Order: sequence, then C-alpha cells, then structure tokens
Amino acid sequence: MEIIMAILAGLLFTTGVYNLLQKQLLRIAIGTALISHGAHLFILAMGGLKGGAPPILVEGIEQYTDPLPQALILTSIVISFGVTSFLVVLAYRASEVNGTDNIEELRGNDYE
Amino acid sequence: MSNLAILPILIPLLAGMWLAFIAKKLPLARGSAKLLSILNLAVAIYIFFHVQQNGTLILEMGAWKAPFGIIIVGDLLAVTLVLTTNLVAIAAAFFAPKSLSDKQEGFYFYAFFFWLISGVSGAFLTGDLFNLFVFFEVLLMASYALIVLGGGKAQLRESIKYLLLNLFSSMLFVTAIAFIYAVVGTVNMAQIAERVQEVEQQGILTTIAVLLFFVFATKAAVFPLYYWLPNSYSVPNPVVSALFGALLTKVGIYSILRVFTLIFTHEPGLTHNLFLWLAGLTMIFGVIGALSTHNVKLIVAYNIIPAVGFMLMGIGIFTETAISGTVYYLVHDMIIKGALFLLVGALAHLAGTSDLRKMGGMIHHYPFLGWMFFLASLVLAGIPPFSGFIGKLLLLQGGLAEEEVIIVIVTLVTSLLILFSMIRIFIGAFWGEKNEEITVNKRAADGYVWPIAGLLALSVTLGVGAEWFYPAIQSIAEYLMAPELYIDSVLKE
Repeated sequence: MEIIMAILAGLLFTTGVYNLLQKQLLRIAIGTALISHGAHLFILAMGGLKGGAPPILVEGIEQYTDPLPQALILTSIVISFGVTSFLVVLAYRASEVNGTDNIEELRGNDYE
Repeated sequence: MSNLAILPILIPLLAGMWLAFIAKKLPLARGSAKLLSILNLAVAIYIFFHVQQNGTLILEMGAWKAPFGIIIVGDLLAVTLVLTTNLVAIAAAFFAPKSLSDKQEGFYFYAFFFWLISGVSGAFLTGDLFNLFVFFEVLLMASYALIVLGGGKAQLRESIKYLLLNLFSSMLFVTAIAFIYAVVGTVNMAQIAERVQEVEQQGILTTIAVLLFFVFATKAAVFPLYYWLPNSYSVPNPVVSALFGALLTKVGIYSILRVFTLIFTHEPGLTHNLFLWLAGLTMIFGVIGALSTHNVKLIVAYNIIPAVGFMLMGIGIFTETAISGTVYYLVHDMIIKGALFLLVGALAHLAGTSDLRKMGGMIHHYPFLGWMFFLASLVLAGIPPFSGFIGKLLLLQGGLAEEEVIIVIVTLVTSLLILFSMIRIFIGAFWGEKNEEITVNKRAADGYVWPIAGLLALSVTLGVGAEWFYPAIQSIAEYLMAPELYIDSVLKE
C-alpha cells in the first residue's frame, strides 16, 4: 500500500512540475497545487498506513495508527490552501496590470 | 520551563492583530507600532540577559514532554538573533511613516510587519523541524503581502516569481521532513540529532541532509539558487527591502547553521566540503552581480549574496573559530543590511531615480546622508575597526587554521570588490558637481536620517566594542560545537 501511495505522490510531483514549467500563470498555479497534494500524500505514506487501527497507544494495543502525520498534513494543507489562493489572486492582478498572463513576457529588467 | 520564551513570538502576533483592526486610523497605528516594537525590544533584551545568566529557556507547550509536544527553545544563539531582529524592526518602524505613502500604510503595512517579525522570531526559537516550516510560512505569507504593497507593474511581476519559488521550496521542505520522519520517526530537532547520532548518519540520512540544505539554500540565496533574490528585493518599498534583506535570508542561514551543527554533523567530508565550494562560488557570483549593474538598489541587493557566502564558509570550515565568525557575521550583517537598504532607499527617493548614471552631487545637498553611506560601505566591506572586519577576521583565522587557502583568497578578493561596488555608488551618487535642478527636501532627509544613524551606531559599536561582544559570541560557538548540550537541555537526560 505504501508503495502505491509513493508512486501516486511521485506522479503528482511529475505532473505538478510539468505544469509549473508552462507559460500560462493559471497552469503554474495548478502545478503548485498538484505538487503540494503530492507532498501531503507523501507524508501520509511515510508515517506508515495501517487501516482500521485506532490512533491511540494504550497498554495491550499492539496495532495503532500514528496520529502525527495527520496533524502535520492538516497544518500543511491549510498553509498550502492559503498560499495557493493568494497566488491565484496575485496572478490575476499581475496579469491585469502587466497585460499578459504569459510568464515568458513577464521577465525583463526595466524599473519604474 | 518558562513562559518567557514564547513572548517574542506572541507579542508581535498580537500586535499585528491589533494593528489590523486600527489600520485605517494612521496616527494611532503609527504610535502603537512604535510603542509595541519598543516593548518587544525590551522583552527581547530581558530574555537575552536572562538566558545569559540562567541558561537555555525551554517551553513545552501544554506541558507535553519534550519529544512529543511542540517545543520552544530559547538558547543563546536564538535569543541573540531575536534581539538583533528586534533592533532592525525598531529602525524599520520609525522609518516606515517617512517612506510609505499614507495609502500604503493604511493597507495593513504594520500588521504584516509585526507578523513578519513574529514569524522570524518563531523560526529562531522553535525546537521542532515541522514548526520551523510553519514559521517559515508565517514569515513568507507576511512577506508576500509586503512585497506587493504598492502594486506597481514590476513589483507584481517580481512578486509572482518570489512567491512561486518559495512555494516550491516549501513543498520540498515538507517532503524532506516526511523523509526524516520516515527514517528516524520524530520531528523534534533534539531527538532527530540523538537518533542520527545513534545510526551514525547513514547514506540515506546524508541524502536527506542535502535535500534540506537545498531548501534552506534557496531561502538563503546560496549559489546557484540566488537568481530570484536581486530583482525581488529591489522592487518593493525601501523599508520592506530593508526588512527582507536584513531578516529573511538570515533565517535561511540560521536554519543551515542549526541543522548542520546539531543534526547532520557526522559526514563533514561530504556536506561541509560542499558548503565550502558553494560558499566560494556564492561570493564570486554575488559580487560580479553587484558590479554589473547601475541600479543602486540592485547593487545593494546583490551585496546580500557574498555575505551569505561568508557565513556559509564558516559553517563549511566547521571549527569553533569559524563558527564564531559566522555568528558574528550573522549579527553584523542583519544590522548593516538593514541600514544599507534604508540608505539607498532614501538616496533613490531623494534623487528621484535609482539609476547611478543619472545621480551626482548629492553630498552638497545631504552631507550627513553621504557620510553615513561612506561609513556603511566601510562597515560592509570589513575595514578595521568596524564589525565586518571582526567577523571576517574570525572566518579567515578559521580558514587558515584548516589550511583552506583558496577560500581565504576568494574571501579577501570578494571583500575588496564589495568595497569597490559600494564606493562606486558613493562616487557616482554623492560626488560631482552640485546639481541645482534637484529640489532639496530637507525635511524628508531629516526623517530618513535618524533610524539609519541608529542602526549604523549599533554596527560601529559592534565593531569598535568587539571586546564586549566577543565573549558572548564565542560562548555561542562553543555551544554550537557541542550539540549534546542542546540535546540534553531539551530532552533533560
């Protein structure tokens, strides 16, 4: 199960990086979202997947789910959600002001 | 256990919230920002002396015992950097009303300013790798908001790149933490260090160490990951650039210093040698960048990069003298970069352009500003007796003791070229014929001068009074070279 999750995370990373390398700002935003999903799945897989076990360690219970990765993912999801929404708004504004959403045309060294 | 350790995070956090509510009432917002930053500095000074006398402050949140709960570790290094952060913050709080327009101030500048300080202090104080990521995000989120403040064309263009790069490296950070968690089963830095020591840092851990280094190197602007820095640091308002230049890259360097003196110390042949190479290349490429442009803001932004190289060199050499050099340089660089960014910001505003070729003769109108700039150049380049010299001297001593001659030569040549790049601004902007066309704005200049003068005075004191500060810095280096001290104080064994 962990192997499948790791492969899935890798796929998400691949597609994310591919989208990140595109020219359109919206595609780039989607790419970052995919990469963060990949990273979150990866944390989950790294904690070890044990289905059906409680996240509690009491004497006598041998099989238990590690609760820490879930706490880490939750924190990370909230952060990446916030940053992604900020990125979308910023990308929209930047394309309005600069008159293009093509990242190739957003290079340059002119200063106001 | 003491609640004192969390105050440098909590005060700015609450201050930011208060200022978000009163953001549109400008006089009240300005007054409270100044007052609160002074209060925060007072607390930081108190904590600094407290830690010096009583040893490391540890706060276990909710009384969860060390490796399980969230932990705040106020050791000597962390509190020294928090203190320096707050010194820069005060200068920025007093400079801001002069440099920002009323509209920009009203758009929650002070709120984000305090949240940035909160994130930076948190990153210094946390004892938990995942919390380091969280505080990175806190300070980055505030920095995203600050960098677009004003919303100019170039600003929006550069902030997109800045945000994307930081977002990507943050995700790599999360991945690296996941790897570490899979291998050692904890995210508490002291416990990671303990367990890495037990397994003698096998190959997989060294790989993770390099991945983590990549993340921190992106934030700290180490070669070849510095390309995002110069443009994005030169576009925002001077006071924002000063905060970024003084604090953000230093958080990256601090993280490298912490992780590679505490956790991954067992394969110095690989990791620390890599640092030495990258440090040398960082210095060379940074200073070439500084010489390649006529934009004064860009010149100063490029000058951050060789400084990062100097600090990384100390970590690469990895002896007590070199580490004390890195710590000294870290404190010195936070103060002087703050001062320099404010200086060129003031210069560019008063001259009406940031192109060096269009300036000239400013010293006739603003003599005090001109001589302060000259002094700041000397401090930055490390001319004795100023503070840059002491830091570099320690680094060079450490380098020569380990017979790393090439990096020492690179350091010396780089310092000379830094001086050249700064003096080029001084000659181009301040010398020359008196330009009668410039409308002299004495009131604005007077407003700019005092916060900068304060920072410069601090910097000069740090150099001339090195005798007073050196023992503290040396004890930090001793402490960093003995990671078991940190582990014992956190895990209490």
